Amino acid sequence: MTLAWLIIAPFLGGILAWLLDRRGSALAARWVCLLALAIDLSVLIGIVWSGRLAGAGPHGGFFLETRAGWIPQLGVSIHLAMDGLSLLLVFLTVFLGIVSVVTSWTEITRRVGFFHFNLLWCLAGVIGVFLSLDLFLFYFFWEMMLVPMYFLIAIWGHERRTYAAVKFFIFTQLGGLLMLMAILGLFFIHAAETGVYTFDYFDLIGAKMSSAAAFWLMLGFFASFAVKLPAVPVHSWLPDAHTEAPTAGSVILAGLLLKTGAYGLLRFLFPLFPMAAHEFAPVGMAIGVAGILYGAILAFGQTDLKRLIADTSISHMGFILVGVFAWNGLALEGVTMQIISHAISTGMLFILAGALQERIHTRDMQFMGRLWEKVPVMGGVAMVFVLASLGLPGLGNFVAEFLILLGAFRANPGMSVAASLGLIVSTIYALWIMQRVFHGEERKQWTPPDLSARERGVAAAMIVLIVWLGLFPQPVLNAAAPAINSLQKIASSQTEKALAPVSAEGGGNGTARSFSAAVLAASEAFACPDVLSGLPSKKSARMPFPPPSASGNVVFGPVSHWKLRADNKAGYE
Amino acid sequence: MSGADFLALLPLMLISAAPVAVMLAIAFFRGPRQRGVGGAGRMAAALTLLGLLISFVSLPFAAAYAPRHVTPLLIIDDYALFYMGLIFAATFAVALLSYGYLGMLRERREEFYVLLLLAAAGSSVLVASAHFASFFLGLETLSVSLYALVSYPASRAKAIEAGVKYLVLAAVSSAFLLFGMALVYGQLGTMEFSEIAQRAAGAAGRLAEPAFLGALALIAVGFGFKLAVAPFHMWTPDVYEGAPAPVSAFVATVSKGAVFALFLRYFALVDIHQMGSLALVATIISIASMFTGNLLALLQENVKRILAYSSIAHLGYLVVAFLASGPLRVTAVSYYLVSYFIAMLGAFGVVSVLSDGQGDAEDLEAYRGLSSRRPFIAGVFSAMLFSLAGIPLTAGFIGKFYIIAAGVGSALWLLVAVLVANSAIGLYYYIRVIITMYSAEAAGPERAEGPEGAAAPQGAAVPLGGSLLLAALTLGLVWLGVYPSPLVSLIQKTIHGLM
Repeated sequence: MTLAWLIIAPFLGGILAWLLDRRGSALAARWVCLLALAIDLSVLIGIVWSGRLAGAGPHGGFFLETRAGWIPQLGVSIHLAMDGLSLLLVFLTVFLGIVSVVTSWTEITRRVGFFHFNLLWCLAGVIGVFLSLDLFLFYFFWEMMLVPMYFLIAIWGHERRTYAAVKFFIFTQLGGLLMLMAILGLFFIHAAETGVYTFDYFDLIGAKMSSAAAFWLMLGFFASFAVKLPAVPVHSWLPDAHTEAPTAGSVILAGLLLKTGAYGLLRFLFPLFPMAAHEFAPVGMAIGVAGILYGAILAFGQTDLKRLIADTSISHMGFILVGVFAWNGLALEGVTMQIISHAISTGMLFILAGALQERIHTRDMQFMGRLWEKVPVMGGVAMVFVLASLGLPGLGNFVAEFLILLGAFRANPGMSVAASLGLIVSTIYALWIMQRVFHGEERKQWTPPDLSARERGVAAAMIVLIVWLGLFPQPVLNAAAPAINSLQKIASSQTEKALAPVSAEGGGNGTARSFSAAVLAASEAFACPDVLSGLPSKKSARMPFPPPSASGNVVFGPVSHWKLRADNKAGYE
Repeated sequence: MSGADFLALLPLMLISAAPVAVMLAIAFFRGPRQRGVGGAGRMAAALTLLGLLISFVSLPFAAAYAPRHVTPLLIIDDYALFYMGLIFAATFAVALLSYGYLGMLRERREEFYVLLLLAAAGSSVLVASAHFASFFLGLETLSVSLYALVSYPASRAKAIEAGVKYLVLAAVSSAFLLFGMALVYGQLGTMEFSEIAQRAAGAAGRLAEPAFLGALALIAVGFGFKLAVAPFHMWTPDVYEGAPAPVSAFVATVSKGAVFALFLRYFALVDIHQMGSLALVATIISIASMFTGNLLALLQENVKRILAYSSIAHLGYLVVAFLASGPLRVTAVSYYLVSYFIAMLGAFGVVSVLSDGQGDAEDLEAYRGLSSRRPFIAGVFSAMLFSLAGIPLTAGFIGKFYIIAAGVGSALWLLVAVLVANSAIGLYYYIRVIITMYSAEAAGPERAEGPEGAAAPQGAAVPLGGSLLLAALTLGLVWLGVYPSPLVSLIQKTIHGLM
């Protein structure tokens, strides 16, 4: 039931916010939203606090499960479950939800209640996607989050909002319907084989089918996830939607909606169709690499700040695709990290772009320049996140992209090399943003006020998170490790014989071992401690390094962290 | 006929008695025109609603005696009773909408209810028919009442035009149907559906004969016109546009639904894929309807025409489920029809609630900014359109899910792929209407008019009955979208009688 409340709280909060605003109290509506999300946050903290994270349920890494009947005639049940991966993602959802409410505080003045209603329902849908283990339920939430997002763009968006909203809706809806076809195909194949009509994830895993059928069904799922992610040939909705959406909409789109695609790839694509997905892997990685480079090229050409940031999202999502299709422990840990750090870094960049637009009423970089002198705090914050976006060591994105490239190198060295070009091009566009907006010539006489206390609070929280992810990724990786392990186990148990070389190192506890190995390799190859101590962030350099705790799981300092992981290899297994 | 037969026929008898009662009441109570039209109209409406309610309540009593052949003409089984319930409920909704709508017309309004009840009676006979004779009887009762209903506001040229169009085309299609029936009778020597199925199965070789194929083709054309599937759809947009909005709702739901229910019963006995040519024809019709409906709807600026083209596409979706095999197909069709009924009634309900004496609120531009003027109505309309588009939390989502499930379960990949593509196309015009409602009003002269302008055409209060109905429909829509299993159980109960 705890899990159901995670979804119900924002649902009810949204309705209440709407009603309160109809009564003329917009401020109360905002606070109700914060309250609903705070309830979710405290539930999540409670889950972590209770120590359930360590214990494993009957199904691999899932430590919380709820099941209730829904449409018994079709074998549909309300099956929610949480493992480390979903816990992290729900945490992210709630956190970004709070951030979105706070950033909309002054931006949204029209139909405040309805705005927050849509915002919270969208979040509820996203949480539902991250928790459901019934394919019908998953599809239900998958589609359900679209409508509120559509309204967010269509009503509160910028100049071309109608076009962007319609495009977003049709693209994702079409992708969703392809997935629905695939889900139903899987459902009937499983029913024909076993006589049991069910949409349950655990039952459908390991359904026997011909390789051709598996391939087509896999493609159906992939199409939907690729649209959401988005992967390159079907990405064109993203720049429009992100650009035209209000700030909160952009944050949720970039931070959460795209991540549902990544989550789908992790949770469903490989476990359900391991063989077909492995066969498809080279193509998938190629699409990812294409996305990395193409997104960056698109970013070069933009003068619209939000559009530029949106294009960099395409590029970063390419890394996720590469990592997922590499499908080994290293890459998957990288994907988890990438999901979280990209959500934070890009989310914050959108917030800054939104804040800038609120002040100077344009997103066009041709009219900006030399803003650092006027808004130094904003410039400083932007600097941090631009550096995060280009993958500077010490910030979360570096860990993510590094792990992905390392993992991908094992699976497919050529692709990995090509993908690493992304790091170069990202440096160009990232610095370009700084140069054009905050430095260079002054093109117009703006006198914008600097970030307000509210905005500084958001920025501070985001900076703490991104630095923390960069320096101490271990808690996140530890939380995700059992989930990733069991996903790999599910996939590899079916492909072990046929694809021995691919899954050779991903055996039983592949994740743990491979990560330790990665750290060893990392510290040797890149002389990691030096890199880390040379961070731009003064805060981390001054941070004391307490001795590691007895359990070895919680590690504090950056240097000791890397070393301990290397030494403690045995203990971790 | 035994007492049990009469009890089984109770709903049909009640719904047939209702128009007679209303007619008599009108004859007794109506005064000359000058004395005002209020009293008699109100009484006729109340009697109509009461009649429908009583008929609806009688359904469980009849169900106790089902399944039962009452004379060779009618079969009363759970399937028939289910659809009768649907027809009564939908007619009830239409009658409620009409009450508010007719209040704005200059014409006398009492006969409207007689015609409406007659049409409902005809549809009920249709879904219970087991014989060509009762089938035709029911169909003609329905159609003839509709000719008059479509052109009821006789002072509107558009309505007259629509009525005449409908009259000519429906009469022609009835002739096709009759000729086809005659040919079947000539071939097989029977007019009972169950006998036809048996004898056709016995004489499989003769099915390929030109006379029999011709009969099938003629019947298919007849059905095609009634269902308004492409390429027999031409009349739909004009008739929907010209008819009063509640009547359009009736044509879109009850009239089509009843014919489709019969169509399904007719073919539930035979596996359609044994008749290759017929399956091929149905496939082509389905694909053509989906594309025609959705693509042409993109070009419309008139809400009633958009809904008309949308209904063409929806019938195409239904044919996909119809072509599937197994028990899922009846469930899919029935569930989809229920969700389609609710959504169409709601959508046309919104149109009729917004209409005034001058004409229907059909221009898309009239809906601009509706959400700020009338948030409730705009919300209802959005919910209905989302349901038609198949978005979760609405009945349309589960309905579309069932149709795709039926299609995938029978490996109709081409049809399902076309359906999916069409859902995306359809989405565009549904959300176009929604976006219009939620976008700000153009700052034009009409806004500057001040309080008078605001109170002018669309400021009139929504009648209580209309808003209650819309609220109930929305509630039902969401209820079925979130908790569909009771309705699914009910539908599955009706299948047993069919198989």
